[in-house]
Amino acid sequence: VCAHHVRSCSSIRFVKSKYVCVFDKSAFKFSHQQRLFRTSAVSCGQIVQFKLSDIGEGITEVTVKEWYIKEGDSVSQFDSICEVQSDKASVTITSRYDGIIRKLHYNLDEIAYVGKPLVDIEIDASKGIASKEDVVETPAMSHEEHTHQEIKGHKTLATPAVRRLAMENNIKLSEVVGTGKDNRILKEDILNYLAKQTGAILPPSPKAEIIPPLPKSETVPAAPKDKARKIPVPVSRPVVFSGKDKTEPITGFHKAMVKTMSAALKIPHFGYCDEIDLTQLVQLREEMKPLAQIRGIKLSFMPFFIKAASLGLLQYPILNASLDESCQNVTYKASHNIGVAMDTEQGLIVPNVKNVQACSVFEIASELNRLQALGSAGQLGTNDLTGGTFTLSNIGTIGGTYAKPVILPPEVAIGALGKIQILPRFNGKGEVFKAQIMNVSWSADHRIIDGATMARFSNLWKSYLENPASMLLDLK
Amino acid sequence: MVLQSSFKNCLQLSCIFRTPKAGFRDAANGGIIIQSLSNDVYHNLAVEDWIHDHMNLENRQVLFLWRNSPTVVIGRHQNPWQECNLKLMRQKNIKLARRRSGGGTVYHDLGNINLTFFTTRKKYERIENLKLVVKALKALRPQLNIHVTDRYDILLDRQYKISGTAAKVGRTTAYHHCTLLCNADKFVLSDVLKSPYKGLKSNATPSVPASVKNLFEEDPSLTCEMLLDAIAEEYAMQHQIDHHITLINPTDETVLPGINHKSKELQTWEWIYGKTPKFSVSTCFNMVYKDSVLDVKVDMDVKHGRIETCNIDLPEQWLPPALCSELVKSLSGSKFCPTETTALSSTLLRMCPQDDELHSKWNLLCENMTVLM
Repeated sequence: VCAHHVRSCSSIRFVKSKYVCVFDKSAFKFSHQQRLFRTSAVSCGQIVQFKLSDIGEGITEVTVKEWYIKEGDSVSQFDSICEVQSDKASVTITSRYDGIIRKLHYNLDEIAYVGKPLVDIEIDASKGIASKEDVVETPAMSHEEHTHQEIKGHKTLATPAVRRLAMENNIKLSEVVGTGKDNRILKEDILNYLAKQTGAILPPSPKAEIIPPLPKSETVPAAPKDKARKIPVPVSRPVVFSGKDKTEPITGFHKAMVKTMSAALKIPHFGYCDEIDLTQLVQLREEMKPLAQIRGIKLSFMPFFIKAASLGLLQYPILNASLDESCQNVTYKASHNIGVAMDTEQGLIVPNVKNVQACSVFEIASELNRLQALGSAGQLGTNDLTGGTFTLSNIGTIGGTYAKPVILPPEVAIGALGKIQILPRFNGKGEVFKAQIMNVSWSADHRIIDGATMARFSNLWKSYLENPASMLLDLK
Repeated sequence: MVLQSSFKNCLQLSCIFRTPKAGFRDAANGGIIIQSLSNDVYHNLAVEDWIHDHMNLENRQVLFLWRNSPTVVIGRHQNPWQECNLKLMRQKNIKLARRRSGGGTVYHDLGNINLTFFTTRKKYERIENLKLVVKALKALRPQLNIHVTDRYDILLDRQYKISGTAAKVGRTTAYHHCTLLCNADKFVLSDVLKSPYKGLKSNATPSVPASVKNLFEEDPSLTCEMLLDAIAEEYAMQHQIDHHITLINPTDETVLPGINHKSKELQTWEWIYGKTPKFSVSTCFNMVYKDSVLDVKVDMDVKHGRIETCNIDLPEQWLPPALCSELVKSLSGSKFCPTETTALSSTLLRMCPQDDELHSKWNLLCENMTVLM
């Protein structure tokens, strides 16, 4: 854009509207300078070469290590432009101007020179340039009180973006507490100020509690003539918008999970739920805990759940099988590699305990300890994370009762365990007693597993846990 | 509770610090000495950030004393894969931190002390700070043969590095920090600062390896406390303030509002690994499978800590090509991180045909890939 446009652009009628920004080229005459509002980066300002300022210690050259902006970006005064390095010192270069970045003079890792141009910034010609002394205010543009800058001799520091936000919300900068450096008013300060307002602008309505939605004439202050007025402040606390949508690509582990779960949902799932009375098991575990502790192992309920599942799988091996892709063959897996869902920094991962059919409850507990330690350190290996044949998910440690777990291919069944609750139940004599109840929710692949099989397996598993001594009969 | 201004932050700080009346005899040379109660590197780095961002240092300079539990600290523009043995660090539970200042990689443990000199940008002068440290040490032990080099190192006996320096310069404030080896574990130091990763090409700031020595080796009567005290005393003298060290808790939001947000940011993967300048990995390795040895060639470009492009050259048909390309596709965009890669590859395996041989080949390849990270 040529220089001769500068004057025409700088003289634009100030349109008091948030939404409309009109270049009224016909309106060349004005009585006083006005603030320029732009919604698009139109080139009509003056290009200023921002030179790399002195860094101290007699340093003359630095290496550009990171750019925080790119060509075309808008910057405000004090925004970080780039990071340069010289002799073990990392220096943040901030902008002296408000404007748009038009040119970066260096690429990454190039040497930049003190006193030479670093970036070209197109500034609003109407604003003027801040002097070398880092004068922190832009020249007073408007006489309107809400941009009043000189209050009792203190300069109110705020970037143009913040000033605009204040003006749009009819806030006097003088009334806002600045929490930024050098008392600067930040965007957060404006938002905090807004949040504290409780409709003080509007006349208090005595019937406000009785009549919930106030008729429009009461909520909107009288200013219907100004059609371009901003959204009226409601009686209740104004909703302050301070967030922006953020879109990120799905990568890595999450991308893999998307694939797996999409495939999992192709499996026709059916569910089967039940409640287990763990009263006896709770007591048994209490007795076993110190014994395990002596051997250096922390004993939870999971080893019992896992072992009982394996005993059940011996009777119903179809639940420990795998269906091939073409659904032509079923493979009955010999090993019971029972997976335990674990919540880690990465997300949900499922390490498995190998060959549970040949392990004692203690060995399972020991293995679980090892997997949990590795899991929290992010050090689980591929061997621990692959080869599972059946999965248990103890969601109850976080909470919940019943769930609808999703089968993890290439398995055909999964169980979700809810939390243990103390509930009243009736015993054989019709008496009420305190029972420790846990819910289990099974999901199975209906292509090869039928409801009856799942129910029988669940009953067997349940009987082992409700009467732990019965496990002794079938332990190998 | 939002504080009125950064100046008020300062006042609050000084109220808590019980600045003595005589503290600011000469306003231009006013100063305070603070020491951290924490040995957590992230909390301590956050204190530096906080002071840099919020304190008005016009009439007040700050000396910050801190020590950390075993940590490797890399400079702002460095590549951790190039600088240290990440696998060994994970095994030994040694933390990794990226500081905001430039310079090279150092190892901290409780036998190392850290000193940070905060001033306005105009008063930023590293050589003076280091001379202060040398003066303090010599006052404590006159026989020490120590001097400051033009690379801002402090050498013992003209040979051994006992202190390294780095600095951060902002718009109005600056800080210069340095380490000082009193009684650090030199064996762990040298093991951990040796990178095992091959084939890395990067423009990241490289560290300059140096022989190090502990002051303790020169004089076994020296302790970290003595060094800290001597330096504080010298600082107090030069700034004409009382020799009074104020202890601060770097997790206390009432003294340092917003500090926990800062320390959290320093612990994010995006900061520690994601800020690594773009680099490439080009390497080959051997895999032993059953009776054969296979040559594998891997090329990767890593940007912001994530794999931008990935190429794996395997002997033909060792793995079905579709699977191989599936792995490569999934790795693109993924973090250059062994945990992520392991989780990713194990999950992908669920979608593969259920063949034991295929599974063991896949696992073998993926394990070797994670070794690179």
